[in-house]
Amino acid sequence: MQKAIKKYFPIFVLPTMIAFTIGFLAPFLLGIWLSFCKFTTVTDAEFIGLGNYLKILGDKEFIHAMWYTALFTIVTVLIINILAFAVALLLTKGIKGTNVFRTIFFMPNLIGGIVLGYVWQLLLNGILANFGRTLTYSEVYGFWGLVILMCWQQVGYMMIIYIAGIQNVPGDLIEAAKIDGANSRQILRHVTIPMVMPSITICTFLTLTNSFKLFDQNLALTNGAPSKMSELLALNIYNTFYGRAGWEGVGQAKAVIFFIIVGIIALVQNKLTRSKEVQQ
Amino acid sequence: MGVRKAKHGLPLTIFFTIVSILYVYPIVLVIINSFKKKAYISRVPFEIPTDNMFVGLENYIRGIEQTDLISAFGWSIFITVFSVAAIILFCSMTAWYISRVNTKVTKVIYLLCLFAMVVPFQMEMYTLSKIANMLKMGNPWGIIVIYLGFGAGLSIFMFTGFMKSIPLEIEEAAMIDGCTPLQTFFRVVMPISKPTCVTVIILQAMWIWNDYLLPSLVLDQRKYKTIPMAVQYLKGGYGSVDMGAMMGTLVIAIVPIIIFYLFCQKYIIEGVVAGAVKG
Repeated sequence: MQKAIKKYFPIFVLPTMIAFTIGFLAPFLLGIWLSFCKFTTVTDAEFIGLGNYLKILGDKEFIHAMWYTALFTIVTVLIINILAFAVALLLTKGIKGTNVFRTIFFMPNLIGGIVLGYVWQLLLNGILANFGRTLTYSEVYGFWGLVILMCWQQVGYMMIIYIAGIQNVPGDLIEAAKIDGANSRQILRHVTIPMVMPSITICTFLTLTNSFKLFDQNLALTNGAPSKMSELLALNIYNTFYGRAGWEGVGQAKAVIFFIIVGIIALVQNKLTRSKEVQQ
Repeated sequence: MGVRKAKHGLPLTIFFTIVSILYVYPIVLVIINSFKKKAYISRVPFEIPTDNMFVGLENYIRGIEQTDLISAFGWSIFITVFSVAAIILFCSMTAWYISRVNTKVTKVIYLLCLFAMVVPFQMEMYTLSKIANMLKMGNPWGIIVIYLGFGAGLSIFMFTGFMKSIPLEIEEAAMIDGCTPLQTFFRVVMPISKPTCVTVIILQAMWIWNDYLLPSLVLDQRKYKTIPMAVQYLKGGYGSVDMGAMMGTLVIAIVPIIIFYLFCQKYIIEGVVAGAVKG
């Protein structure tokens, strides 16, 4: 059978591979090359070695964005996962209206980040106006505004993954724990949480990468104001490309660093998942 | 699950009802403000528009006129539908090929797909927009090709995961009965793969419909806008934003999707769960 299929390479594989090369492979390789060049368009690139990378070291805004993003990621990953897990636990108890609540909590995920950003800008600025402040008053307001927006959007998404995980815990396992005299807290700690570990890994990974790569919401909510202090990494890279003439190479070098960090997160996460799969 | 009886059923239901109301409040607030005169929106966002604040549909009309929202809606639908269709067709074919033909080339393709899932868009955005420009792909047809290339990683990964589990005997039987590989694929493999198709459709459609950065960099903004681009367009340069038009535009961007969601929420939620478990 393999032989018969093999001849069909041009039909089955070629169209996807052409699109893949244009949309992914060529821009990626060109991007790596350009991070070592000085250029204003692709055709006038001139090799300058590590110059772009050295320039980043002195870029205070980038260093700030790095810390800001790291802090933002840690805070949102913790809050989103704890809230989502708690809600999922309560919504698997079989209370009235479970389906309605689930539908409502997931809803924000259907709406794009740009739109959500402006929706929350209206609400948060409206509340802050009572204190004579706005979201762009300082980086702290932008930070927590973005945290609230992310939680509102992502809790529902993670919740449905947790619900699926909790519903997959075999009922007899919990029955057995009950017969052995475990109270509900012990059941949660020693039966439910270990059994939904795969869901926890998935949700941690999703929230981690979502927060780290966040762009649209950041652009719409504060656009980095005041004076780029609420800029996350993705927005900082974007502004380096399109906001500072002559800095395209530095922007590309930043993007390579960004890619390497995301890659490391993915690799570590993958390893952790694998090691847990063996145990089960 | 129905066997388990809720211990604190009623208080929990009341609690979640209140939380749900708070949850939809931001969207309700935008709808309320969309009927307010623009000068009042930032000043008194929490008040119900009464006599002299109420402007009827004026904000909607201005929003539609300023952003060309109707055509943005059309382009968003066009790009999402055809990109997802292209992804489903071509990626499932590629996935079947690489899960049935075992060569070095197919292994490399599979690894490249895994790799593509990790690379963030910022790594690609500048070079991709230049390449798209050079190849004259800054139009809704060109962007479909780009979305196919960009969505290929995740989609091929998910399709291969499923197709590897299809027993070979079924396909062999079809081929012995005289089916060509193409017929085998479309008459046997595709019908079995329906659940994976639904998952891929939902994940990719949610992404492409809401994507802002890629179309804003690739498309020629003067001619083509998608909905997220239209919303961001209102924010424009450095001038003050017309809050009235903004509210109207936001409502038009949100409400149809919510209605669509309420009709298909079962499939959407199932698709997301399946996608997360496989991804």
